[in-house]
Amino acid sequence: MNSTAHNFKSNARVALGDQQLQSALGNLKGGLVANRTKARAALPEFEALRDVAKDIKNHTIANLDLYLEIYEQNARAAGAVVHFAETAADARDIILKICRDANAKIVTKGKSMVSEEIGLNAHLEAAGGIEVVETDLGEYLVQIRKETPSHIIAPAIHLTQGQVEADFRRLHTHLPKDRVLVEPAQLVNEARGILRQKFMTADVGITGANFLIAETGSSIIVTNEGNGDLTQSLAKTHVVITSIEKLVPTLEDLSTILRLLARSATGQECSTYMTLSTGGRRVNDHDGPPNYHVVILDNGRTDLIGTEFQDVLRCIRCGACMNHCPVYGAIGGHAYGWVYPGPIGSVLTPALIGVKEAGNLPNASTFCGKCADVCPMKIPLPDLMRHWREAEFDLGDLPRGYRTGLAGWAFFARRPRLYHLAAKVGIPLLSLFGRRGRFSSLPFAGGWTRYRDLPAPQGRTFQQLWAERQAGVTR
Amino acid sequence: MSTRDHDNKAARAQMFAKLQRALKDGPAQSARRTHVEGRVADPPNHPLPERVRRSRNELRMQFKAFLEGQSASVLEVAGAGDVPAAIANWLRGHNLPLTVRMGDDAALAELPWSREPALLRENGPAKESDTTGLSHAFAGIAETGTLALTSGPDNPVTLNFVPENHVIVLADADLVGPYEEVWTRLRQRFGKGQMPRTVNFISGPSRTADIGGKLVTGAHGPRRLCVVLVSEPMT
Repeated sequence: MNSTAHNFKSNARVALGDQQLQSALGNLKGGLVANRTKARAALPEFEALRDVAKDIKNHTIANLDLYLEIYEQNARAAGAVVHFAETAADARDIILKICRDANAKIVTKGKSMVSEEIGLNAHLEAAGGIEVVETDLGEYLVQIRKETPSHIIAPAIHLTQGQVEADFRRLHTHLPKDRVLVEPAQLVNEARGILRQKFMTADVGITGANFLIAETGSSIIVTNEGNGDLTQSLAKTHVVITSIEKLVPTLEDLSTILRLLARSATGQECSTYMTLSTGGRRVNDHDGPPNYHVVILDNGRTDLIGTEFQDVLRCIRCGACMNHCPVYGAIGGHAYGWVYPGPIGSVLTPALIGVKEAGNLPNASTFCGKCADVCPMKIPLPDLMRHWREAEFDLGDLPRGYRTGLAGWAFFARRPRLYHLAAKVGIPLLSLFGRRGRFSSLPFAGGWTRYRDLPAPQGRTFQQLWAERQAGVTR
Repeated sequence: MSTRDHDNKAARAQMFAKLQRALKDGPAQSARRTHVEGRVADPPNHPLPERVRRSRNELRMQFKAFLEGQSASVLEVAGAGDVPAAIANWLRGHNLPLTVRMGDDAALAELPWSREPALLRENGPAKESDTTGLSHAFAGIAETGTLALTSGPDNPVTLNFVPENHVIVLADADLVGPYEEVWTRLRQRFGKGQMPRTVNFISGPSRTADIGGKLVTGAHGPRRLCVVLVSEPMT
């Protein structure tokens, strides 16, 4: 997928002014966020399980070569064809060849962020002349608008019901013009009817995998709609496209992590469908795909092992970090400019496509820490973003004003007495000029004051308060 | 248009070499391998939620409550002899044709179908025109109100997703607390490390919230799910 991450600032400005987007994002707090809070409260063991899950994934990554080998052996023994793809281009070519060998004209697809990462649809369409149909409802809504997902588990979260109705009327022209499309259920039904025909005629079904299980050589998909299951059980060939860090050792490790996944993602006790797939159709089976391929992508992930970014490989793609992020909540997912939005994207995107292209993303954080608080795998996202900020600074191509500002701050920060003196003089001065306790404009702070007032300092400096507190002075 | 041929063997070797470099693997390999292989052979017992350790009766109630909370119907019947009538009545109650599609499952085949002569049974994997699929669950999971089904000629996987209605028969003896008990039973039934083509966990009818964040049931899979829980052991 092409990136516009370098345009983050202007992307964000456009998003802030987009009324439809702002209205759609308004659903986030009452929906996914409130549901997670409830689900977490209903499982007292949730916090303890986070620690266990973190250990499982750390252990897996530390032994990824061995688990990959065990997985591969067991998957092959069950009849899977296992493909290794170092790059996105490799993965695209492998899947195109599988589709060609299957004489595929129609390919159905379940939801897969890795397939977005490698730009699969465009490749199969352009190079293979194949019709690729997204079957997850949200992905379908995005595909018919020629957009990309704006959220990793709710791809069409940026769209309002009215936009969906307009798209359906524009595209589904074989249906009566005067049909009623007022309720979400009517829209869902219309899509169901259209996609049913695709499921029944597809030659190849492509899904992602939430996990690969070494012990059994299985892949698993976790869904609510059942589209992934129709995709993978009706076509003659099932292709799983996934990435190297999705491995877990055993079924017990899987169930422990699954206890966190749906609760963190949608706030469900569990997703409606969880499907373990191992090999293709068996000798006596009456249905299921005779061919089962698994494509395992690296695309730069191995490079993160042994670096300060290794923790990000624990990610199980639940989306909790973006659901709770004030920045994501204000601008939505498209502004981030690549596949993975929100805090996880701000860490992953520079790792996968470079800090030069995506250096803006780790800067788009208030460091409020909410993402790390809610991450089921306890990934220290703000710390990792800070590492990227350092890396970006070290690259040396930040604007001069930016560097001068940082250098100025650093000069004082390294000289505590001077910092103290400057604050002691500056703070009362600022509070003197701030009218009614706030600034509506301020030199060098236009980026802030263009959208809201900056509160004026109200009294003593932090260092003064801290010193008093240390001395046991109470107010 | 042609694409370059992908050399899977070379890519595999490259990826493993890169991983081993990143993991700084050297002489520790054999110790690591012993540990990892031991962990796979004898999986760890991670902590289980308190809610799976309740009494049999509480587990049953919890199982039912979770499923009903997800818009599924749960019918409790005393014995296998009551299953055909329960299914027929449920179909009648929803104005559905009295026809079910089922696989070769022996326990389902042996149900006293003659008691419901109006109820037709068709055998084989799902067809597009089928209205109701009938399956026999491998297990039920009280922890989340979930059915576990294993694919095969007995219970073809398409029955779970193609028809608009899905009826699943579960013997009470197969209702367990946590997922971990299903893993144990799978290993017993299919052999350690062996699995059927699919193990399907189902916790309600198909659903989506992709339009305006509003929950709608019947997205792509079944619009209705009915679980028949049979108290006495089935054959």
